[in-house]
Amino acid sequence: MSTILVTHRDDLASKTGMWLFLFTEMLLFGGLFIVYSVYRYRNPIAFHQAAQELSVFIGTINTIILLISSTTIAMSITALQKKNKKLALLLLGTTIILGLAFLVNKYFEWGEHFKEHIYPGSAVLALRGHGDVLFYGLYFFMTGLHALHIIVGLVFIIVIAVSIIRNNINSDSYVLLENSGLYWHLVDLIWIFLFPLFYLIT
Amino acid sequence: MENEKNHIIPYKTFLYVLAGLIALTLTSVTLTQISLGTMTVVIALVIAAIKSSFVLSIFMHLKFENKMFSRAVIGVITLLCAVIIITLLDYLNR
Amino acid sequence: MISQNNNVEPSYLDYKGKYKGIFSWILSTDHKRIALLYLFSLLTFFATGATLGLLMKFELIAPGKTIMTAQTYNAFFTLHGIIMIFAVVIPGLPAVFGNFLLPIMIGAKDVAFPRLNLLSWYFYVIGVTLVLISQFTGQGPPDTGWTFYAPYSFRTTGNMLPAVFGAFVLGFSSILTGLNFLVTIHRMRAPGMTWLKMPLFPWTLYATGWVQLLATPIIGITLLMIIAERTLHIGFFDPTLGGDPLLYQHLFWTYSHPAVYIMILPAMGAISEIIPTFCHKTIFGYKFIVASSIAIAFVGYFIWGHHMFTSGMSGTALYTFSLLTFIVAIPSAIKVFNWIATMHKASIDLQTPFYWAVGFLFVFMIGGFSGLILGSLATDIHLHNTHFVVAHFHFIVFGGTGFAFFGAMHYWYPKITGKMYDSRWANIGLIIFFTGFITLYGEMFFLGMKGMPRRYYDYDEIFHAGNIISSLGAMVMYFGLAVIIINLVASLKNGRKAPSDPWGGKTLEWTIPSPPPVENFEEIPIITKGPYNYK
Repeated sequence: MSTILVTHRDDLASKTGMWLFLFTEMLLFGGLFIVYSVYRYRNPIAFHQAAQELSVFIGTINTIILLISSTTIAMSITALQKKNKKLALLLLGTTIILGLAFLVNKYFEWGEHFKEHIYPGSAVLALRGHGDVLFYGLYFFMTGLHALHIIVGLVFIIVIAVSIIRNNINSDSYVLLENSGLYWHLVDLIWIFLFPLFYLIT
Repeated sequence: MENEKNHIIPYKTFLYVLAGLIALTLTSVTLTQISLGTMTVVIALVIAAIKSSFVLSIFMHLKFENKMFSRAVIGVITLLCAVIIITLLDYLNR
Repeated sequence: MISQNNNVEPSYLDYKGKYKGIFSWILSTDHKRIALLYLFSLLTFFATGATLGLLMKFELIAPGKTIMTAQTYNAFFTLHGIIMIFAVVIPGLPAVFGNFLLPIMIGAKDVAFPRLNLLSWYFYVIGVTLVLISQFTGQGPPDTGWTFYAPYSFRTTGNMLPAVFGAFVLGFSSILTGLNFLVTIHRMRAPGMTWLKMPLFPWTLYATGWVQLLATPIIGITLLMIIAERTLHIGFFDPTLGGDPLLYQHLFWTYSHPAVYIMILPAMGAISEIIPTFCHKTIFGYKFIVASSIAIAFVGYFIWGHHMFTSGMSGTALYTFSLLTFIVAIPSAIKVFNWIATMHKASIDLQTPFYWAVGFLFVFMIGGFSGLILGSLATDIHLHNTHFVVAHFHFIVFGGTGFAFFGAMHYWYPKITGKMYDSRWANIGLIIFFTGFITLYGEMFFLGMKGMPRRYYDYDEIFHAGNIISSLGAMVMYFGLAVIIINLVASLKNGRKAPSDPWGGKTLEWTIPSPPPVENFEEIPIITKGPYNYK
């Protein structure tokens, strides 16, 4: 006769696991910040001038979009804790829409650059000089990797929202919602640093 | 460890933090339009750091969690900064 | 409820769960089965890497072409390095013995995230498969060395993408294993097992977990940058576009140096288990071993530049990295003192695992001292990229992690398999292996000091005699390996049944049956004393 494995739910373990995962993401982007630091140091003027070609307006809007989306997902946890399932889902839905809005903005931003033949490996970019190549290389790589993480985050949130609809995540068991919030906040944090480093160093 | 589970942050708190974050964002945009030389980057990064600390402590709940989490976050950030500084030790002196 | 008759629970090997046949293994979330999945795949990849190494030594036995072309030789040392580093010694002890023993040694039923654990193994197999695919597709296998240095790695026509991406996927495996172990140790220690009552192998897995977690992402992003360089010409490391190839080296070694601590810390942990058991004496300086493990993991993060002394870094960087490199030797030395102090006035039971531990001490110290010679700027200038370096890292990695791995295999063999191995053949194999090892790699120190470069397919006649000695050593070592492995495999069938505690060990794994039941413990133990409490 075998013993029955009683699985005790350990929310703290789940949360700890998520935080540890966030640390890996910080180090992943951290590697790119290392590259940024070095090349900014070596090409201060080129970075300074190339940054002026980015739209501070769109960048600011995008920053605020992400800040609001962080607020809404944080509030959705409060809503669920207060057993307000409808509000929680509404807030999550808002978060998703804001995330999509961010991506749409990015799409248009990048589109503008592509129209001018500015993209990694382009001849036009190469002609502009080393500093520009590195600035835009970092710009596309870092904002691209960031956008990928937004997409992953959105998928994660959608999955959580479905779980909430099915009552698998509820006011007694909501660590997965918290974890999706943590992930989303990290995505916001990365952007909080990307924004000044690319848009505001003029 | 049940206490953290029951701690509920009021909606208003989040909204106040959001207001502060937006204010800080607009401040950094404004300040960086003024030409302050190398200080521009420093100011922008300092404001980014302040914004981050709000996101980390309130949105990400660190203020209300076991101290172990905040210490780990600080440790990781310190580690990253140390690696950047040591790498720059090479580039600044070539 | 547990039945009262002698029909105790089935062992994890006999357990019949949801799935049948091979699926009961490759879909299992039991940490013990996952450990064996890792062991089986790892040994397969090790055999591949070892054969590549042996063939390289056949090539080097004489100057000029012996059995392969120069291009093939480059491809061989590249694949040998990728497999041995990413698929053997980095996963090595954590994936096999960490997975099997960690939950048991802390009194838990499994790791914190069993399904994530299985996923780690899938990433492992997928990663290595991608690397192997690079050999057979595209315009020829990668030929950059396992270090993928820019700019060659993005200019070569060799099939880099699958290999680089494979290494990236392997990184995920490592990260997830580290994450799993960290949470397991934080949350699942048995009641009463405070941090300072935890045995030393779990302690080293803890320190290693942090390194896996915080260092691996850096190589992850660096490999992605190489892929971007190759596919998009992004320019980060391309001097014609403004990039700095040296920055690649910085990023690469910022991971790859801490990686060697992923390799050695669990090895030191295993040695710290073996020595007290066969000395029947508590480990000397438990707290110092804990502290030095953490210190090694920490300081090890800041010394990567010692791989780049001749690459063109600034003087300030040179001095800083050299100084910090010497500092990291201190905690390692502390460990060696503690191990030897444990043996002092102990009544030693001379068994195979203990012989491996003594062998470890010998070769690890040689590797370590040669590391100091390399860490010193003036001497490194002459020795960098010579066979001296090759000797150094084989002594310290193969000697360190490898000897500890074989020691652990023999130490925990009874627990894992429920059988005793044949100790006579185990010892014979060890002696043959050790003789070959010392010859093969010891000679390389002299070849390097004389000036023979590494990764060179051909060499000057003055190096010929040394190469003959070294290559003969390789054959002896390979033969010794075969004896060891065959003995362990044969003992699966022929070995006598193992008791719960064949060695007189004092850690928790020796309190449960050999092999363990699926859930390890009938009842989670309550811990009142520290480990290694011999009279």
